[in-house]
Amino acid sequence: MWKFIVRRLLITLPQIVLLSILVFVMAQMMPGDALTGLIDPNIDPAAIEEQREKMGLNDPWYIQYGDWISSALQGDLGQSFRFKMPVTDLVEQRLINSFWLGLVTLIFTYIIAIPLGITSGRYNDTMRDQLITGYTYIGFATPLFIFALVMLWVGGFQLGWFPTGGSVAPGLEPGTFEYALSKFQHLLLPGLSMALITTVNTVQYLRSEIIDTKQKDFIVTARAKGASESRVYNRHILRNSLLPIAAYFGFEITGLIGGTVFIETIYSYPGMGLLFMDSVLQRDYSVVTAVVLLFGIASILGALLSDIILSLVDPRIRIK
Amino acid sequence: MNNALLEIKNLKTSFRIRDDYYAAVDDVSLTVNKNEVLAIVGESGSGKSALAFSVMGLHNRAKIEGNIYFKDHDLANLPANKLNKLRGDDMAMIFQDPLTALNPLMTIEEQIAETLLLHHKNLSKKKRREKVIDLLNQVGIPRPEHTCDQFPHELSGGMRQRVIIAIAIANDPELLIADEPTTALDVTIQAQILDLINDLKENMNAGIVLITHDLGVVAEMADRVAVMYAGQIVEIADVHTLFANPRHPYTRSLLHSIPNIDGGNDKLHVIQGIVPPLHKLPREGCRFAARIPWIDTSAHETNPELHEIKPGHFVRCTCHNQFYFPDEKKKEEQADGIS
Ligand SMILES: Nc1ncnc2c1ncn2[C@@H]1O[C@H](COP(=O)(O)OP(=O)(O)OP(=O)(O)O)[C@@H](O)[C@H]1O
Ligand code: SF4
Ligand SMILES: [Mg+2]
Repeated sequence: MWKFIVRRLLITLPQIVLLSILVFVMAQMMPGDALTGLIDPNIDPAAIEEQREKMGLNDPWYIQYGDWISSALQGDLGQSFRFKMPVTDLVEQRLINSFWLGLVTLIFTYIIAIPLGITSGRYNDTMRDQLITGYTYIGFATPLFIFALVMLWVGGFQLGWFPTGGSVAPGLEPGTFEYALSKFQHLLLPGLSMALITTVNTVQYLRSEIIDTKQKDFIVTARAKGASESRVYNRHILRNSLLPIAAYFGFEITGLIGGTVFIETIYSYPGMGLLFMDSVLQRDYSVVTAVVLLFGIASILGALLSDIILSLVDPRIRIK
Repeated sequence: MNNALLEIKNLKTSFRIRDDYYAAVDDVSLTVNKNEVLAIVGESGSGKSALAFSVMGLHNRAKIEGNIYFKDHDLANLPANKLNKLRGDDMAMIFQDPLTALNPLMTIEEQIAETLLLHHKNLSKKKRREKVIDLLNQVGIPRPEHTCDQFPHELSGGMRQRVIIAIAIANDPELLIADEPTTALDVTIQAQILDLINDLKENMNAGIVLITHDLGVVAEMADRVAVMYAGQIVEIADVHTLFANPRHPYTRSLLHSIPNIDGGNDKLHVIQGIVPPLHKLPREGCRFAARIPWIDTSAHETNPELHEIKPGHFVRCTCHNQFYFPDEKKKEEQADGIS
């Protein structure tokens, strides 16, 4: 198992390097450069050129990449021209907000998916199953941003049960109970909106795993031992079907990233997704680059996490 | 006098294909006596597994009619909780494919201990492990303590089949059904597994139903033989009678298809065609007629019944004396010669 994990970690490193090169090249191809937003257009072009030379913007790409990556490693991702602050500082708070949103969404996702998937798989082709699969089809067909807008309109504006934007009510002191509660309230509606749509994948996945496991020969063996139906389900079918679901966990994270861009924009929730959207619209390139890089790293780490979970729970990998 | 362990009466097991039910086991009546080995032979698709699964109550969505008497119960009409008390305890089954019959996520110990636990709730964990090791020893696993903690994928096919046998014999069943226990294994391993079952047979006090394709195995292990074709039993006899004097054309075709080393004619008789799929099976007239086209069957019994031609020897065919193979001389003239 350790061998597997070490080998898996070793693959991750070049993946991240490759990602950073791609992101860098992408950033280079965008019109303008780090200076564009910083300078006054009335300055003499010769002075600009001098500044460019000084900043290394005329060096070959690999030197520039080297500079960029070494400062990135030291926590310097450049300046945001819009916020007039270091990208790193900007990203930090947003990252924490997005982390909480992701966590709440994941919790909702599993709270919905596990009972529905189990019911649907166990009683497949019954009325219950048809209702649940009906829901998943609706979930697949509904665009997330439209659904989120409807939820916002109903839950936020019509019923007024939830705050309609931001990550915390203004005027509260960080560290107080009210502050934490307000943060939590701000997470509920966006988290639930996203979970209700994205969970349908997990419901379907769990359903088909259960239906598949139900027909395995070892289930017949368990019945032949005299195991009751509930024991067959809990000990054999569920256990064996939840394993791939556990391994899917890392990929859920990757899936969340796309979702947060829409959700955070609609709920004006100050996380990475909203930051990304704003920065693209404002052409705040150093921020876009940093956010894309972090999204990419999160996806790679998600896949890594999946593989590690799988190696921990599946004896066929664990033993080797 | 009543020596019967299992009595199957007019069992009909039907599967739903599209909108209709089709019988895979069609009016089978059969008795298994205490301590005897009854072999069931027949080609692929003749309904042997369907029959075995009916006895064990393992069919999911089949319609089961008739009666299966076992230890004062009618298994065909037994509620699940009562059935679960019998399965794994008084009756057990060895499966066809050892590669898929074990749970990939449970250790060997857990899988064997499960069947012990289900029927002996108060067995301590330590006692259970001892018993598991004892069972693994019985089925000839070389390092039982080590194997206990292994997972199925770490064992070879032959070893896994031994584990499955250990599960089956764990609670000393009175009825053991072995559904082609060796077909999925290499030839050399097949012999070892059969030897094991043969050894266990001596020490166990069980009636054994041995389902197999292999007539060599039948000759070696069985006391009685039932031949199945297209969901029906076409011949039952004790093993000596069956090999010495097979009567049903299907039985004779099966025996005829064994290569004969010392006989002059070493040409293999291959039974023409295959067992038709369930929904295409002829339900009227003799089911085997289509596969012996050289015989004029127009005058035969329309729905042949099982006839007891000698005590204990049943044949589902009235005109077996007229039967001959295409490579034999016409036997019509000696119609009443053989008996
Ligand atoms: N669950 C099922 N649903 C529909 N048809 C089935 C089902 N199980 C078996 N059958 C059909 O019933 C017939 C008998 O199958 P069965 O598995 O009993 O044959 P078998 O004699 O055990 O063959 P083999 O030697 O290949 O194991 C076949 O035509 C098969 O296709
Ligand atoms: S009844 Fe006639 S057709 Fe049927 S098996 Fe006997 S000989 Fe063949
Ligand atoms: Mg079979």
